[in-house]
Amino acid sequence: METYTLIVLLLAATIRVATPLLLAAIAGLFSERAGVIDLGLEGKMLGAAFAAAAVSATTGSVWFGLGAGIATAVFLALLIGFACITHKGNQVVAGMAVTIMVVGLGPTLGLAWFGLGGQTPQLDGAGQRFTGIAWPGAAAAKEMPFPGLLYSELLSGQNLIVYFAAALVPLSAWIFYRTRFGLRLRAVGENPHAVDTAGISVNGLRYQAVIISGVLCGVAGTYLSTAASSGFVRDMTAGKGYLALAALIFGKWKPVPTLGACLLFAFTDALATRLQGVALPVVGVIPVQFILALPYVLTVLLLAGFVGKAVAPRAIGVPYSKEK
Amino acid sequence: MFPSHAFLRFAALAFCAAAFFASRVFAAAPAFAPAIVYDFGGKFDRSFNQSASEGAEKFKKETGIAFREFEISNPAQREQALTQLARRGATIIVAVGFTQASAVEKVAKQFPAVKFTIIDATVDLPNVQSVNFREQESSFLCGMAAALVSKSGKIGFVGGMDIPLIRKFALGYVEGAKFVNPKIEVLQNMTGTTPAAWGDPTKGAELAKSQFGRGADVIFHAAGATGIGVMQAAKDAGKLSIGCDSNQNYLHSGGVLTSAVKAVNVAVHKTFLGAKNGSWKSGVIALGLAEDGVGYALDEHNRKLITPEIEARLNQTRADIVSGKIKVSEYKAQ
Repeated sequence: METYTLIVLLLAATIRVATPLLLAAIAGLFSERAGVIDLGLEGKMLGAAFAAAAVSATTGSVWFGLGAGIATAVFLALLIGFACITHKGNQVVAGMAVTIMVVGLGPTLGLAWFGLGGQTPQLDGAGQRFTGIAWPGAAAAKEMPFPGLLYSELLSGQNLIVYFAAALVPLSAWIFYRTRFGLRLRAVGENPHAVDTAGISVNGLRYQAVIISGVLCGVAGTYLSTAASSGFVRDMTAGKGYLALAALIFGKWKPVPTLGACLLFAFTDALATRLQGVALPVVGVIPVQFILALPYVLTVLLLAGFVGKAVAPRAIGVPYSKEK
Repeated sequence: MFPSHAFLRFAALAFCAAAFFASRVFAAAPAFAPAIVYDFGGKFDRSFNQSASEGAEKFKKETGIAFREFEISNPAQREQALTQLARRGATIIVAVGFTQASAVEKVAKQFPAVKFTIIDATVDLPNVQSVNFREQESSFLCGMAAALVSKSGKIGFVGGMDIPLIRKFALGYVEGAKFVNPKIEVLQNMTGTTPAAWGDPTKGAELAKSQFGRGADVIFHAAGATGIGVMQAAKDAGKLSIGCDSNQNYLHSGGVLTSAVKAVNVAVHKTFLGAKNGSWKSGVIALGLAEDGVGYALDEHNRKLITPEIEARLNQTRADIVSGKIKVSEYKAQ
């Protein structure tokens, strides 16, 4: 029973940690399958986190916050799009530039608006945050044996964005493999000339992909500042955008394996939290430093040994021009 | 047509003139120029740095003397900031936080006429004052309070960066809890091993949720801005948290059991005042319960949580620690 509780709680933590990663990874998936490298994930998320917290704090409604988060991320995505689709700029540079800009801009605006050293005011009013939704009967299920806890802790009690992220995986798989839009999106990342020959706008499709990426990054950022915590602080994405990119490559640019990668990263993170200060059989208490490095060690090992070859979309990183 | 050279020349002249006057004004400014350099987590962490800032603000209000301040955002800035402030005529510089120790040591040697005060570390130089706190004593009281209200027999601790200072908090907390209930289980987590661990409320909330999941019902944080996440998670879960460094009871009124207060504000205020009227002395100062340097916070926000019985017990223990009847062990790094 003890073990069962432990496992369920570990899984619940995994889901909470995986949600922003997954949203960002799927965002990157859309962009990259269309041939645009998405190094701006981190920046778009951070920008959205700031906008969502700032607007939610001033208007008192998390839904306005979500709207502002999405709008900000889409704006940043369009900025990247304008630089690398319209003007054929270097995609890596554009993405990094946007990220660096946001890292400085968020706290600066925050300082000017709220005077709290770059943080936003704490969100503690009702309706200012996305909080957990308790499913019917969750409290009763908690008392029940075997599946009870699974229902009350894992399925119920998560916030809306978590459910959205969960639904996003099948949805994006369906879009990629079952719709005309998805087929064209994949084609534009593999062989844009063929798409162009068929009379479809390559740039138009890439813009659509980049905008979708912006929307999803917006949701991810909003999750960070209004659901996982209560307000924006400097650098709160803490590298999650890059981790999402790693998950995307790990998942070979496919939705379901990407989900797997995100869950794995999140699980090692949750495990690291849980293992701190716990005496394990044989080895005893493991030093904190080692535990905290565990997710990264595991990631390197898995990436090096078990994934096999990850093949990127063929036209990724190459701006499209008709002449070549 | 682009503005001609005449305009540029004028602008350059004006700039030079402004710079000249500024330097004149600066030279004529009152000789006493206090400055403060904050640590990671920033001036508005609602905890350690904010307390320091409050002390400096109080000094400014009382004396009308403005102070310079600097918030570092990367480790390389520490030395740079201290050097800049010293070079630009600061008479006393307060460096908040142990991470600044090596920078203070270096800069203090270069500017022997400038007074330095470092908080939470010891630098042995003739122009440096080191202010340390016996955090284990206030943590001991908080551990007692947590154990007295805990129903599950499990309480938690979330530390920021894994350093001896934070271990000091943890050890005092555990000792206090065991003093009340020898069988109590204390779950402990550190947020990280880099200074980023002071500013990650998302991770703080996650650690707190994990501890609540394992049955803890009171969590004490010593994690700077990361602790904001811990306290939010406690409120979301309907559990209790214990604040740190500043009095954080007001953050979630009725949801914060108490705060382990560390009088950084008093220390900064005293340092500035002392430097102004000449009573500032170099050397090591240790502040504990006896000196009112640390303590637990009791106000209208947690009045209902700390019952008169608990309060009586805490005050008795406080007196015993001050008189030396109870010895709280201090964490020593191996």
